[in-house]
Amino acid sequence: MLRMIAARLKTTIPSVIGVIIVTFLLTRVLPGDTAAYFAGPAASNEAIAQIRSELGLDQPLPVQFVSYVMALVKGDLGTSLTTGQPVTADLAQRLPASGELTLFGLLLSMAIALPLGVLAAVKQGSWIDHLCRIVATAGVSLPVFFTGLLLVYVFYFILGWAPAPLGRIDVFFSEPPRVTGFVLIDSLIARDLDTFRAAFTQILLPALTLAIFSLAPITRMTRASMLAVLGADFVRTARASGLSGGKVIGTYAFRNAMLPVVTTLGMVFSFLLGANVLVEKVFAWPGVGSYAVEALLASDYAPIQGFVLTMAILYVALNLMIDILYGVIDPRVRLEG
Amino acid sequence: MSSPPLLDIRNLTVEFATRRGTVQAVKAIDVSVGKGQTVAIVGESGSGKSVTSYAVVRILDRAGKVAEGSISFSGVDLVAASEAQMRDLRGREISMIFQNPRAALNPIRKVGKQIEDVLLQHVQATRATAREKAIEALEKVKIARPQERYDAYPFELSGGMCQRVVIALALACQPQLLIADEPTTGLDVTTQKAVMDLIVELTRERGMSTILITHDLGLAAAYCDKVVVMEKGRVVETADAKEIFRNPQHPYTRKLMKATPRVGSSLTDLLPDDQPKRSAPAKTAAALATASEPPLLIVENLVKEYPRPVTGSFLAKLIGKGEPEKPAFRAVDGIGFTVRRGETLGLVGESGCGKSTTSMMVNRLLDPTSGRIVFDGQDIGAIPARQFATSAFRRRIQMVFQDPTDSLNPRFTAERAIVDPILRMGKIRGRDALRARCEELAQLVGLPIELIDRFPHQLSGGQKARVGIARAIALDPDLVILDEPTAALDVSVQAVVLNLLEELKQRLGMSYIFVSHDLNVVRLLCDRVIVMKTGQIVEQGTAEEVLGAPRAEYTKELLNAIPHPPL
Repeated sequence: MLRMIAARLKTTIPSVIGVIIVTFLLTRVLPGDTAAYFAGPAASNEAIAQIRSELGLDQPLPVQFVSYVMALVKGDLGTSLTTGQPVTADLAQRLPASGELTLFGLLLSMAIALPLGVLAAVKQGSWIDHLCRIVATAGVSLPVFFTGLLLVYVFYFILGWAPAPLGRIDVFFSEPPRVTGFVLIDSLIARDLDTFRAAFTQILLPALTLAIFSLAPITRMTRASMLAVLGADFVRTARASGLSGGKVIGTYAFRNAMLPVVTTLGMVFSFLLGANVLVEKVFAWPGVGSYAVEALLASDYAPIQGFVLTMAILYVALNLMIDILYGVIDPRVRLEG
Repeated sequence: MSSPPLLDIRNLTVEFATRRGTVQAVKAIDVSVGKGQTVAIVGESGSGKSVTSYAVVRILDRAGKVAEGSISFSGVDLVAASEAQMRDLRGREISMIFQNPRAALNPIRKVGKQIEDVLLQHVQATRATAREKAIEALEKVKIARPQERYDAYPFELSGGMCQRVVIALALACQPQLLIADEPTTGLDVTTQKAVMDLIVELTRERGMSTILITHDLGLAAAYCDKVVVMEKGRVVETADAKEIFRNPQHPYTRKLMKATPRVGSSLTDLLPDDQPKRSAPAKTAAALATASEPPLLIVENLVKEYPRPVTGSFLAKLIGKGEPEKPAFRAVDGIGFTVRRGETLGLVGESGCGKSTTSMMVNRLLDPTSGRIVFDGQDIGAIPARQFATSAFRRRIQMVFQDPTDSLNPRFTAERAIVDPILRMGKIRGRDALRARCEELAQLVGLPIELIDRFPHQLSGGQKARVGIARAIALDPDLVILDEPTAALDVSVQAVVLNLLEELKQRLGMSYIFVSHDLNVVRLLCDRVIVMKTGQIVEQGTAEEVLGAPRAEYTKELLNAIPHPPL
C-alpha cells in the first residue's frame, strides 16, 4: 500500500510543476495592470512606474518566475495587495471555512443521496425511484445562488428559524480556540456547546444549498451502480443461498456499487470546494472562493496564484485519498499497486 | 418409485413481461426429482431450462413470474410460500451452483467469509465456530490448504477452484436438493471432470438429489439417472439416461444427439437427415495432394515471454527486497510447426497452455519474443504487429473470433461488418460493387441476403457466426485462424457452422488453424493436431494418430476426461 502511495505521489509531481507554470503565466497575461490598480486612479505615470518596480513587475518574465519559485519553496506565496496580508496567512485563515462548509454539505448530501439511490435501485420503477429522479433533477437545475437565497428567504426572513446569513458564527459568540480550523469541531473540543449550536445553525443553510446541488450526481451514480451490481451473478448466488435482503443489498451489492460512487464523491468534493463562490457570497462566508474572486477583480496576482496552487494540490491529495479508499474497498486494486 | 418425489413440478408455466408483451419462457412442464436421484435437464439456449430452475428457487428477475402450475418440495408449495419461508429453504434445503464461477462469487469478499455468511444465515454455525466450519466446507470440496484459501479473494483462484468454492457454498448447509446450472461450461475438460466427479461424490455420499442443467448430452449421460429434454420452453422427452441414448423417441432429441460430435462420426453426420448434404470429400485428400509443395506457414522456435510481477511479502516489497527476479514467464516456449496449403491444423490444449498466444502471434496481433513465422516464404514475424495492418500480408491471414457477439461492432450492420476489411484493404470501390460482393459473401456463408442490413443484436448466434466468417473470407485469405469459433454456439448450430467451414475451405482452397479445447470437434475438422501444454508441444501428428492412439500421457488424460454419450 505504501509503495502504491509513493508511486501515485511520484506521478503527481509533473502536474504540480505544470500548475505552477500555468498559474504564473496565466496571471501575467490577464488584462489589468496591478501597479495601476494599486496606485489608485489619480496616480501619475511616475508613481505607477515606481510601484511597478517595487513589486518587481518591471523585471522580465523568467526573472519574475525564478523569484516566484524561490519564494514558493520557502512557503511564501506573496502578499495580497488588497488585504495587505501574506497570501499564506489569508488562505490558512479561509481554507478551513471553505473546507468545513464543503465537507458538511457533502456529508449532508451523502446522507440523503446514498440511501435514496440505493432505494431507487432496489425498488426500481416505484414511487421512490421517481422521487429520486425529481429530487436530483430539481437540485441540479436550480442555480446555487437561487436555492441559497430561497432558503434564506424562507428560513430566516419568513420563518425566522435560521440566524442571519452573516458568516461562520454569530457576532455574539467568540470563535473557539483554533485547533483544526473547523469551528464545529473546535467548539466541541473546547466543550462549548453554545458556540457549537451557533456555528451549526450558521452552517446549516449554506451546507444545505450545496447539498441540494450535489445530490444529483451522487444519487444518479449510486442508483446506476447499484442497478448494475444487483444484476450481477454474485448477487444471484447470494440470493440463491438464502441470505437475507439486508445482507444481500448491504454487504454484497452496496460495497461493490461503492467503487464508482467514491470516484464521483471525489469529483463532487473538489468541484464544490473551488466553485462555491456564489454560496460564499450569499451567506457572507469567509471562504477561499470569494477571496479568489475578489483578488481576480483587483488584478491581484499573488492570491490567485496561491488559490489555484492550493486547489491543485488539494485535488491531487484528494485523488490520492480516493485511490487509497479504492484499495480498502477492492482487494483487486491492492494487487496492482 | 413408491415414495413421493422430493421435487415435483406440475404444469409449470413461467411468463416474462417484455416490451412486446408477455412471453412464455416455460410452457406447462412436468418434472419430478426423486430422493437421491440425479436428473439432467438438457436443452439448447432459450429452451427454458435455467428459467425452470430459477422458478424453483424463486429467484426469477422482476419481469418473470410463475403464471400457472405448482412446484412442491417435500410437501411445501414453493409457488405459494412466503419470501421468508423461501429464504429459509434457499441454501439450506435447495442450493444452486452456477455457470461462470468467478462471477458467481462476490469479487471483494474473502471466499471463507462468503461461506460463513451462508452458515450464519441458516444458523448452521455461531460466530465462534463459523471460521472453523467454513474451512471444513472448503476441505470437503478438496481444496488444498483450506486454511490459506479461506482468506483468498475469487480473483486469486483459478476457475476450477472458484467452482469448488461455489460448491462448498452450496453444500455448506447440507441441502437435500442441489441444482447445478451449467456448472462446468467454460472450464477445461479435465477440470470439468474433476468438478463433476466431486459433485457426484458429495451428493451420493449425502443422499442428495441433483438437477444438472446442461447443453451437453455427453455430460448428462455420464452423470445422470434421468434425462429431461427441453425445447423452446416445453419438455419434449423424459426418460432414463440409458434408455434415452439407446432409443431417443422425440425428433428433437434425435437431432440433438446427432449434432453432438463423438468418436467415429463425421462432419456431415452431425446434420439432421432432412437437411440437404453437400458431400465433402475426405478431408485428408486435399492436404495429401499438396504434400510435395512447400508449406504455406512454417513456425520455428516461437517464444513469447512476459515479465513476472514482483512477488514477496508486502513489507519486503516496500523496502525493495522482494524475491529475486524470476526468469520471465514463457507463455509460448519454443514451438515449431507447419501448415500446408489446404490443410487444417488443430491447436489443442487447456486454458493457459499458450494456444491463443500462439494464434495471436501467427495472426500478427502480438509480437513474438523470438523465433520465426515464415508465411509463403517470407518471415512475417519480423514485421512488427503494429505495422502489420498496413502490410500486404494482412489480407492473406484473417481470423474468426471466439465470441460471435463481442467480435462484431454493435453499431455496424452485417453488411458494414462484412465489407469492413474490403474498405480497408480491398480493391473494390463504389457502393454497388461493394454491395454485390457482400451479397456474394453472404451467399457463400449461407446468410440470407435480407439479413445483411440488420444489426448484430437482431441476428441469432449462428447468423452472427456466419457474419464473422464472411468478414474473415472477404479478402480471399490463404490462411484463416479460427479461435474456438463454435464455443459459444449450441450444438445444432455448431454442427451447421462446422460443415460450412469445411465446405468453404474446400471451395476457396484456404488453410485453417483451428484453436479449440473441444477434442471431438478437432477430430472432425482437422487433418493434423498439435497438443499444447504450458507453452510447449507435447504431441503432434495426424488427427487419427493423436486422437485415436495418443502417445503422450497428457493427451490420454484429455481424451479420458471427455464425457461420452453411450453409443
